[in-house]
Amino acid sequence: MTELHLNNVSFSYPDGTKALENLTLSIATGERVAIVGQNGAGKTTAVKLMNGLLKPTEGTVLVGDWNTKDFTTAQVSRKVGYVFQNPDDQIFHNDVESEVRFGPKNMGFEPERVDELTHWAMDLCGISEFADENPYNLPYSVRKFVTIASVLAMDSDIIILDEPTAGQDKIGLQILGNLLQVLEEKKKSVITITHDMEFVTDYFTRIVVMANRQLVADDNAQKIFYNTEVLEKSMLKPPAVAQMAKLLDFPSGILSKGQLIKVILSQRGQ
Amino acid sequence: MTIMIDLKNVSYRYPVSDDFVLKNISFSIEKGKFSAIVGNNGSGKTTLCNTIRGFVPHFYKGDLDGEVIIDQTKMADYQLGQLGEKVGYVFQNPFIQVSGVKDNVFEEVAYGLENLGVPVEEIKIRVEEVLKLVKIEHLRDKNPFELSGGQRQRVALASIIVMDPEILVIDEPTSQLDPIGTEQIFDIIRLMKERGKTIILVEHKMDLIAEYADDLLVMHEGELVMQGPVREVFADPEFEKYQIQYPHVTEIALQLQKLGTALSFIPIRDEELAKALNRTGVAIHD
Ligand SMILES: Nc1ncnc2c1ncn2[C@@H]1O[C@H](COP(=O)(O)OP(=O)(O)OP(=O)(O)O)[C@@H](O)[C@H]1O
Ligand SMILES: Nc1ncnc2c1ncn2[C@@H]1O[C@H](COP(=O)(O)OP(=O)(O)O)[C@@H](O)[C@H]1O
Ligand SMILES: [Mg+2]
Ligand SMILES: [Mg+2]
Repeated sequence: MTELHLNNVSFSYPDGTKALENLTLSIATGERVAIVGQNGAGKTTAVKLMNGLLKPTEGTVLVGDWNTKDFTTAQVSRKVGYVFQNPDDQIFHNDVESEVRFGPKNMGFEPERVDELTHWAMDLCGISEFADENPYNLPYSVRKFVTIASVLAMDSDIIILDEPTAGQDKIGLQILGNLLQVLEEKKKSVITITHDMEFVTDYFTRIVVMANRQLVADDNAQKIFYNTEVLEKSMLKPPAVAQMAKLLDFPSGILSKGQLIKVILSQRGQ
Repeated sequence: MTIMIDLKNVSYRYPVSDDFVLKNISFSIEKGKFSAIVGNNGSGKTTLCNTIRGFVPHFYKGDLDGEVIIDQTKMADYQLGQLGEKVGYVFQNPFIQVSGVKDNVFEEVAYGLENLGVPVEEIKIRVEEVLKLVKIEHLRDKNPFELSGGQRQRVALASIIVMDPEILVIDEPTSQLDPIGTEQIFDIIRLMKERGKTIILVEHKMDLIAEYADDLLVMHEGELVMQGPVREVFADPEFEKYQIQYPHVTEIALQLQKLGTALSFIPIRDEELAKALNRTGVAIHD
């Protein structure tokens, strides 16, 4: 049971860049949330604050009842696992399995539990067949799954995925969708940053939108993708389906392929 | 008609790999064409880009068979540097495309031109122009290592465009970009085409490929399995076999077709759906 609370959090980098202003956000235990928005909006900064890699300049970040400023990053990351946006910032072993095994082993889990978590995470991420490979010989998208597995294997209550959809093909996106489902069943909180609006509509009900250092909206897909003001401010586009529905002059609210197909068929009396 | 990129029966295997990663690939690309390479992950797209850029076999050893001819000259007859001026290559991972020797974005973008000995005044003009084009003027004084993912990806593209190479090989340039930023990059690529550049783009965003690219090359497990004009390839039933994402509108149209709806053609752009369904936007709520 770990809730996450950011209360009026601001953050500036050492070079003076103000990256985040007055962010207030709570994430309940077991919740699944997407963070979307403009490049440079402060999304990565916000999640690095959640796992203690960064400490707020102002405001407080609470992980359960811990104020992150009173704990080390190593301590906080036992509760909040963070998958880096750039996989190469994270990988440091010469074979995939050692990379995944490192986290749970380092947490001091029993050897059987380490084994179990390592294999579970590799399976879930579809990388078991690459167990002995050097991560650097794998395509970027697969390296990303190596880093996801490494974090999942640590079995933290909260998991943050920074742009896992980047560069994924259709199969990769299905693996991610399935993984979200499994983590939900295990009551994990999962926060996912992504620029893929189809993925957001397919898998998330709660969407946090950021632009210009601030939170712009925190709502469901219907509300966000039909709100022109929010979309423009945060450089977003609704999923392609919404665009098609509009061109066909259908009433607003359609977001998924299934919905659109149904409306087209019903209109043709099929 | 000038052929800029010509591959004849190219096969390649990395030093440590058991299997060939590129298998007997042949194609020709005309000067001024915008071709997109699509295919699932691990199908060999990046390796193919490395081959066109000459990193295979100049940097990555391994076994290379067949012939790679860039602008009428065989790969083996180029120096790697010489080829670098002709073929601009934007890496898949923007995080690795930073020189590491420059401490602000302006100088980072200028670095390649400096190395070529371009006069300082000209460098300034060209860099200014590119910063504006790629919309990173506001980042000019930032350290290249202290940028967000999307910002780095724009800087990586800018550092190549500024060199003004004849051929651009761009490996997934929008993977970290927000949706509007992605469109802006496609507009820039279109502009490069208008300037007569030959473009090879690896992308997963099929809606944008359908809108912008001329030709499609489909990779599957190291083989080039389909090639042709974008519209023809997406409309070919064979495409479905490879489990690659379709443009979203095409996916919907094909599902409707399976459910018994007649289509007058296979749409690949959003605005074509109405026409393919033989309707002209009659609202259902009236
Ligand atoms: N280490 C750093 N030092 C200084 N400024 C930084 C650093 N990292 C990021 N920034 C700046 O902070 C702002 C927010 O960056 P952040 O990485 O949080 O954005 P983001 O929303 O994750 O963007 P993207 O979608 O491009 O990944 C940007 O203006 C960026 O240039
Ligand atoms: N440096 C390398 N050494 C060995 N094998 C590699 C290397 N780079 C890529 N590969 C392998 O080559 C195949 C194709 O990879 P890649 O060209 O990156 O595919 P794509 O870009 O289509 O995702 C994969 O099986 C990958 O593991
Ligand atoms: Mg980021
Ligand atoms: Mg690749």
